[in-house]
Amino acid sequence: MSFETFAEFIDMGGHGLYVWLSYAIALVVIVLNIVNPLMQKRQIFTEQARRLRREKQAS
Amino acid sequence: MAEKKWMPRWFYQLASPRWCYQITGKLLPIFAVAALILLVGGTAWALIYAPADYQQGNSFRIIYIHVPSAILAQSCYMMMAVAGAIGLIWKMKVADMVAKACAPIGASIAILALATGAIWGKPTWGAWWVWDARLTSMLILLFLYLGVIALNSAIESEQTAAQATAVLALVGLVNIPIIKYSVDWWNTLHQPATFTLTERPAMAMEMWLPLLVMVIGFYCFFAVVMMLRLRNEIIQRERRSSWVRELISG
Repeated sequence: MSFETFAEFIDMGGHGLYVWLSYAIALVVIVLNIVNPLMQKRQIFTEQARRLRREKQAS
Repeated sequence: MAEKKWMPRWFYQLASPRWCYQITGKLLPIFAVAALILLVGGTAWALIYAPADYQQGNSFRIIYIHVPSAILAQSCYMMMAVAGAIGLIWKMKVADMVAKACAPIGASIAILALATGAIWGKPTWGAWWVWDARLTSMLILLFLYLGVIALNSAIESEQTAAQATAVLALVGLVNIPIIKYSVDWWNTLHQPATFTLTERPAMAMEMWLPLLVMVIGFYCFFAVVMMLRLRNEIIQRERRSSWVRELISG
């Protein structure tokens, strides 16, 4: 381990802000990349299911 | 396709949206688990166990995000261009869909590489941004991604949009070697490549190994989000086919 205490770990030798900001942005980018297509998928499925129901009623 | 089968069988299978949907459904969970393990483990290794750099101290730990994202942003671009070219040459719909799925992912990863680079630059060089060859060519990569996304959404016809973006992506491919060799061709503030598989790494093993884990983790993550987008694209475009109707109503 590179750190003796938790406070040292947070501080990152004075570079805490830079290190944690980088990892936070990475987390945001990763989460958005997963959530965005999943929400899109739900939208496509509801839309297409509605269209199929309409077509069935029409015929 | 029966008349000229001069490519391996999987190449023609890849051309079938239905087959692609099925195979990605099987591959997705495998890559998702791999990405999760590698990224969580790699991050813990990078933040807690890897030693601090003797010159840069702990700000060095940004490398574990910065380098994988910069590598991935370029690989993703190459994949987008190659998929676009396959779509152009063989009129393969799935290849067009792959190219389209690559663009937003690549753009976000390029932003991540630029942002972490800027954040790392502040304590190391004393500046968030310099107009250095490596940084500028990386910024151009982001603009290329944004151009591809804009062009794709501006053209109504899916086929024309795919052709136009494929050409743009292929022209922009010239930027990739420029990014790679920018640190050798010009006097840059940016340090030369730290991560290499072919030569003896320039960094200590205990720093290089977690970086390797993060790079592989980022690639697995890319595979996951790329397949998620590809599957959406397949469903969207094949919505009139019977198998998608069954999938949706079933």
